[in-house]
Amino acid sequence: MAIAIYIPCDTTALALGADQVALALAAAAAARGEEVEIIRNGSRGLCWLEPLLEVATDAGRIAYGPVGPGDIDALFEAGLLRGGDHPLCLGAVEKIPYLARQQRLTFARAGVIDPLSLADYLAHGGFQGLDKALAMRPQQIIDEVKASGLRGRGGAAFPTAIKWQTVLDAAADSGQAAKYIVCNADEGDSGTFADRLLMEADPFSLIEGMIIAGLAVGATRGYIYLRSEYPNAERILGRAIAVAEQHGYLGPAIRGSDSSFQLQLRLGAGAYICGEETALLESLEGKRGLVRAKPPLPAVAGLFGRPTVINNVLTLAAVPFILARGGAAYADYGCGRSRGTLALQLGGNIARGGLVELAFGASLEQLLQQFGGGSASGRPLRAVQVGGPLGAYLPRQQWQTPLDYEAFADIGAMLGHGGVVAFDDSVDMAEQARFAMAFCAAESCGKCTPCRIGSTRGVEVIDRIRRGENRGANMALLQDLCDTMEDASLCAMGGLTPYPVRSAVRYFGDDFSQDRGIPAGERDRA
Amino acid sequence: MSDPNPSTAIEQVIDRLRHTPGALLPILHGIQQQLGYIPDQAVPEIAAALRRSRAEVHGVISFYSDFRRSPAARQRLQICCAEACQARGSRQLERHAKRALGIDYGQISAHGEFSLEPVYCLGNCACGPSLRIDSGGQWRIVGRVDSARFDQLLDELSAVPVEVK
Repeated sequence: MAIAIYIPCDTTALALGADQVALALAAAAAARGEEVEIIRNGSRGLCWLEPLLEVATDAGRIAYGPVGPGDIDALFEAGLLRGGDHPLCLGAVEKIPYLARQQRLTFARAGVIDPLSLADYLAHGGFQGLDKALAMRPQQIIDEVKASGLRGRGGAAFPTAIKWQTVLDAAADSGQAAKYIVCNADEGDSGTFADRLLMEADPFSLIEGMIIAGLAVGATRGYIYLRSEYPNAERILGRAIAVAEQHGYLGPAIRGSDSSFQLQLRLGAGAYICGEETALLESLEGKRGLVRAKPPLPAVAGLFGRPTVINNVLTLAAVPFILARGGAAYADYGCGRSRGTLALQLGGNIARGGLVELAFGASLEQLLQQFGGGSASGRPLRAVQVGGPLGAYLPRQQWQTPLDYEAFADIGAMLGHGGVVAFDDSVDMAEQARFAMAFCAAESCGKCTPCRIGSTRGVEVIDRIRRGENRGANMALLQDLCDTMEDASLCAMGGLTPYPVRSAVRYFGDDFSQDRGIPAGERDRA
Repeated sequence: MSDPNPSTAIEQVIDRLRHTPGALLPILHGIQQQLGYIPDQAVPEIAAALRRSRAEVHGVISFYSDFRRSPAARQRLQICCAEACQARGSRQLERHAKRALGIDYGQISAHGEFSLEPVYCLGNCACGPSLRIDSGGQWRIVGRVDSARFDQLLDELSAVPVEVK
């Protein structure tokens, strides 16, 4: 019998040569007359070990990584097909501490299955949530989601069940037929890749979550709005939707029931602002991605003016577990008002970057050290940006903060979508503050003045400060500008850009002074 | 990819997608996929088909950085300039790439071979700096690109004869 060997088809694995590894493996196996079946799984999220190769043995799946095409012959010599020992051998994949210490609920199947194999998905608990939902009334489904305490994973952390309830109730108010489920897969924040990883590793879970959302609120049409920077996710999701249609999970009469659900994949076109939900809806309608004023909320008047559930990928992908195992099982994880698990993404200058799904409540320090293993460069870590380009830069003294929504809000930061970007002591925080403003200027939709003009003025003021021009007055002006942007912007783009700027000024103020020619490490020691 | 007749291609894409709800972005993507850019002549045709003004169509094209009004380089290079890649040296990579190609962002090198663009996040944040290469409709993303790796990639890309399919 052919021996199964897994090589991921995830973007990060491909970016590090997974296809070349697969080709080399197939060639080496053929040359040796060995029968192997190469399965292109998703990623486990152990990014620093990619390409991570796994061999199915009697003792379970044995991992090797990071594997290059040049390693294949030596691996065969070492008895790869029996899980033989080799310097690249990592032992049983499930026992790798990075993975074993996680609580994988949403990402339970990531890297385990072939993302496009419906049989794999079903064999690992897939569509159990949908089966239950099909036997429930809409209100019962929403009550289950309510019991789970699930909050929006896109960053705003709004309670999912309340959003769904509003859309369910909208029909009774107005009798409108059309409602929509929209998945926000415009994962534009730097340092975040969990949505991408899930869509590439377990696309059926997102599809299942969207069908359940449709059943819960009475919507029969869904759209996934995917950013165009994710061509690999586009390919995999597109195929997964086709497979789901062929097997009666999408389309009319889902699984022979009276319910129907049609799902379409739509591509963004390189605009960060379209990750903002109302700008996304405008874009789906074929317009410029301009932010809408709220109210009305999308739940009342969303896509094409209809009641619309718009949720992040991970919010929707959490739903199958909640329905299959019950809301209480999900709420068992977490702390305070942050229930369940959060997919943290370790990126930037970190030795062991990757995806870490944990119950809320661990500290940032634990994440950086136990999982991240310190910086990639070997220099001391200095600043960590949590929550994407609109998130604060946290200095070392704040790394004990528990990873939950409220604890982060209390220190003027935000967890957002769970992106954690580490910087070593060579970082110039004044340059990072400038980038925050410059990014806002480049990506602002332009509808409101504080964001459109404020960001450009922000770049100029920071440039003057960095040149040492009238520093005191310009620092005061920068704070004033941040106040205006925070208080008067229409959406989070302009409203939160001051977070990284202010935190850089407050905790890394030295970087804004004139002695910037000195390397940061030496400046710290001085 | 043989060069399709622009008028025919535009017409076919519009006919195929005009009744899709919110059809404008799918149509623009469709035309760009066929022709490599969105020619001026497409604007009034799209506007007429969707009953929108030409100004609206133009406004949408100019809003999104993906859409081009003129032909692209044969090889489009996009460097991730967002924070996670900055932390791994993308600023140095940017400087190096501009020097190596002799062009700035938004420009095309001699003979239309390479273009260079910034991109904000390719989702490869644990293994940056990241580079996306688009050549003739084929894309790939490369991780951990330092200056030496960039030069190596450039050599490989320059060595491949331009294929006429």
